Amino acid sequence: MNLKEKHSALDIQKIRKDFPILSRKVNGKSLIYLDSGATAQKPKQVIDAITKYYSEQNANIHRGVHTLSQEITSAYENARATIQKHINAKHTHEIIFTSGTTESINLVATTFGKWLKPGDEILVTAMEHHSNILPWQQLCEEKSAVLKVIPINEKGELLLDEYKKLISSETKLISITHVSNTLGTINPVKEIISIAHAKNIPVLVDGAQAIPHMRINVQDLDTDFYCFSGHKVYGPTGVGILYGKEQWLRKLPNYQVGGGTIKTVSFAKTEYADIPLRFEAGTPNIEGGIGLAAAIDYVNEIGLENISVYEHELLEYATKKLSAIEGLKIIGTAKNKASVISFVIHGIHPYDMGIILDQLGIAVRTGHHCTQPIMDKFGLKGTVRVSLAFYNTKEEINKLVKGIIKAKEMLK
Amino acid sequence: MNIQEIETEIIEEFSLFEDWMGKYEHIIEMGKSLPVIAERYKTDERLIKGCQSKVWLHSEMKEGKIFFSADSDAIITKGLIAMVMRVLNEHSPDEILDAKMDFVEKTGLKEHLSPTRANGLVNMIKQMKLDALAYKAKV
Repeated sequence: MNLKEKHSALDIQKIRKDFPILSRKVNGKSLIYLDSGATAQKPKQVIDAITKYYSEQNANIHRGVHTLSQEITSAYENARATIQKHINAKHTHEIIFTSGTTESINLVATTFGKWLKPGDEILVTAMEHHSNILPWQQLCEEKSAVLKVIPINEKGELLLDEYKKLISSETKLISITHVSNTLGTINPVKEIISIAHAKNIPVLVDGAQAIPHMRINVQDLDTDFYCFSGHKVYGPTGVGILYGKEQWLRKLPNYQVGGGTIKTVSFAKTEYADIPLRFEAGTPNIEGGIGLAAAIDYVNEIGLENISVYEHELLEYATKKLSAIEGLKIIGTAKNKASVISFVIHGIHPYDMGIILDQLGIAVRTGHHCTQPIMDKFGLKGTVRVSLAFYNTKEEINKLVKGIIKAKEMLK
Repeated sequence: MNIQEIETEIIEEFSLFEDWMGKYEHIIEMGKSLPVIAERYKTDERLIKGCQSKVWLHSEMKEGKIFFSADSDAIITKGLIAMVMRVLNEHSPDEILDAKMDFVEKTGLKEHLSPTRANGLVNMIKQMKLDALAYKAKV
């Protein structure tokens, strides 16, 4: 699909009404929320689903014979099926509920990591979020394994030739981000996975920043693991997904164990449950699962195609408008980008810019965005990051530009 | 002027501004007027770690009074430092330890005390009081 040839079919003003928070004032001004990359706002459909859960459906799942428990167990398992369909997983039992992307990655690092031997290698990229560095770094320290880093160019694109060179007979797993939270780069994960698979190396994809912006098809990508968080895709916080291919999930050793993960328990021997329940110890975040499914339904109602087209339009508009500001430099100029724009302004600390914009009711993210290695690479102490969602408008981008110019005058 | 009087003076100064812009312009001006800390004091050891803006703090004791110098890489943080310095600089350890520091709240800059702002201001005030405590123990 050529995004440039398409135009948005979305009624943005109608969509904005679905998000109650967008009508609030901040510092006396109408909120302009440009920090969806940190967490997306929630439509009333999600808020209503959570309210309904607590006011009409609350019971523990997978436990009781009573009606409430039966009903909510079905609802929770339907939520799993909604997510399975959304990312086109082959089976519902390939969908594991976690607390978020960070836990999903930690789950794989902890379990897969048990097999690691001294000298084994794990590959990540130079543009990873700390959450896709630290679990592997810690694991490698424990196992005397080696963490290797695929470098990026000045535009913020992965160097695929370097990647190919880094793969060795010691490489045991490759863990890469689908979309960079700082640079916006969309990585060619399908190609990366196919290169890895040619050498029988499994791949984990951190999809936290991809899931709100594009259609994810795990079978088409042929990824071994795919992780994302509910709250970045308009769902609640504290819930996330680990997708794993059935054959991997069956092989992986236990993660956390406890209630819900078993078939039978005795002091002599415990027989564990089948996947996915074997990885879901304790009472789960039921409202999270229900809310996430409501969010996925909402996104599908609007249509991911429509979302991609409109967000791309916003990205191009914002890139053009921001680039015209004197002294402003965009960090992350990959050819293939999601609607994330990081920038610096000569002589102005990102923190100062963030404070002034906040006074104008404009929410942006400032700092290192949990990607300090990227900041080191570009020799920066931080950036201002604008992350756009389909509820944002060109008018808001115009106000952002005015705000930046005003802040520049004040801070110069 | 004692610490309380300086705090009152700052609160009155800020009450003159009708909008946030005036307030912030004033803070930025104060930031620009902050005497530059000697480069030799801008060491990692003197760095007060905030998430986003760096703050360096140095203190010396002369004739029973503490002399602070500080700097930041962000101008608004620098302005806030200048305000705190105006209040606490050149006072005795006891006076510094007793300082209420409620001018930050009363000038409508309370949000800067929130830990999420992570500008090091809270930590800086804490460090200044710790320095005062250390000098007091030495006396």
